[in-house]
Amino acid sequence: MGPLVPDIISGNINFIVALLIGVLFGMILEQAGFSTTKKLVGLFYGYDFTVLRVFFTAGLTAMIGVIGLEHFGLLDMNLVYINPTFLWSAIAGGLIMGLGFVIGGFCPGTSLCAAAIGKLDAMVFIAGSLAGVLLWGESYPMAEGFYKAANWGNPRIFETLGISQSLFAFLLTAAALGAFWFASIVENKVNGVKKKTILFTPYHIGLASAGILLAASSFVFTGRKDSLVKAVNAPGFAQAYELQAMTPDEFAYRLLNDREGKLQILDFRPEAERKKMNLPESTPFTLDNLFEKAPSKELLVRGKINVFAAEDELTERKMAIIAEKLGFRRVKILQGGLKEFRDQILNFKPPKTASKFERENTYRFREKASKELPVLIEKSKPSGPIIQKAKRVLGGC
Amino acid sequence: MKETKYMDPYLAGFLLGLLLLATNFITGRGLGASGALKSFTVAAAETVAPAHTGSSLFYTEYAGEHSGGPLKNWLVFEVIGVLIGAFISGLVSDRLAFKFEKGPAATNKLRIAGALAGGVLWGVGSQLGRGCTSGAALSGMAVMSTGGIITMVFIFAGAYGFAYFFRKLWI
Repeated sequence: MGPLVPDIISGNINFIVALLIGVLFGMILEQAGFSTTKKLVGLFYGYDFTVLRVFFTAGLTAMIGVIGLEHFGLLDMNLVYINPTFLWSAIAGGLIMGLGFVIGGFCPGTSLCAAAIGKLDAMVFIAGSLAGVLLWGESYPMAEGFYKAANWGNPRIFETLGISQSLFAFLLTAAALGAFWFASIVENKVNGVKKKTILFTPYHIGLASAGILLAASSFVFTGRKDSLVKAVNAPGFAQAYELQAMTPDEFAYRLLNDREGKLQILDFRPEAERKKMNLPESTPFTLDNLFEKAPSKELLVRGKINVFAAEDELTERKMAIIAEKLGFRRVKILQGGLKEFRDQILNFKPPKTASKFERENTYRFREKASKELPVLIEKSKPSGPIIQKAKRVLGGC
Repeated sequence: MKETKYMDPYLAGFLLGLLLLATNFITGRGLGASGALKSFTVAAAETVAPAHTGSSLFYTEYAGEHSGGPLKNWLVFEVIGVLIGAFISGLVSDRLAFKFEKGPAATNKLRIAGALAGGVLWGVGSQLGRGCTSGAALSGMAVMSTGGIITMVFIFAGAYGFAYFFRKLWI
């Protein structure tokens, strides 16, 4: 599951990856014509909309790709760098950069490409931008208040607008298609030529239908989480599924005698329930945690016995099946759920009729456990649900 | 040999989008450019005036956020790659040449002043906006960051808004 950094690719290899990505980035920008001011500023004077076409196609491709990877459970967006939002500095910075664009004719990335193929004006531009950073650095103490004002955190645009992610992607795609068409009309007018603004060649139709098919696939193939949840909720499926179970007696025994710290209880009850009776050695867990990269690591610790606990066995079964389908091993459920555990162990009442064997073994243990366990439960302080401890990748420009 | 033509913009955009997607998948971050300019500037300032950078807020904050020195930075490596990649592309398409480009009506002096001033504005603006066209606008759009998209809107709005006043530079 992505991102591959820092767990699969780490440290210095990441720098080699950066270099390779940079090479491809530079090649594409140069091939697209971003190494000349003629193409870049054409956008603002209406004679060449290459930048608009490249930029929006790239942004949309990546955006839809990110949605797709997340949809199929391949990319954990909790770990991906989301540019922070500081409202006023974003607006002011944007306007200053816009002014710099029409005066300088480049932006930083494109100036590097242009300089690489020998454009002297781009080299002057780069010198200017280094001076600009220096100027910023020197005036930073004055600007700091403004720079850090209106901190909204790291919201995503569909959250800010209060619409669904797919709706935003759809609207933006539609807007981009409209803009591409409109740009062609303006281009024709400014350049005094008559080119067709919409092309119905097999190439273009093929490309468009591939995009539509991809978009439709997200309706046909539901996300991994949705489909797993649906599968375990099918009537009779979870009950009949073969899982390893731990009896309440073994559970109690392990709670009392867990000197090696082998037992790991994943508590799927809601917070209110956990507060009433908190289990020692337990980690609060949710369905979402199973799909998140950082919390689910708890399940991968070697030598641990993972016991899924919930009020009823059915919930435990559902969660355990999902965990198993996600590839987690050594998952057990608590037989009968915590309800059974309470009835049999914590609130143990010796039945009137019992065999000698039962009295001497099972019931003696249960009686002992029913006295000692409440002390342990009392001692263990309730803790909150797993909070994303994972380090987001540090990014940004 | 005549200059070869540029790539179809939609194809270039599609490839750039795939690259950005791969970058997000592999590294959990987007592309960038101005961040590397910042690293270079900080590195230069720390070499030239260590006493000053040791006490100035901007540099101390930077050092706090970037352990391992300003040049051991993901974007620095990426930008070196950009230079290499663009050079290879220029070589392949026969566009390597020392050239000074300017609008037909602009003088050399005006273009130099413009390039310099534009660069300074980008240097300041990209720090204030926490990223440039690559790091804030494009990468921000890919992950649907509100801040990135606001910056993007205002870069282009600003450019269109100011374009009329600087038309002598270009047309």
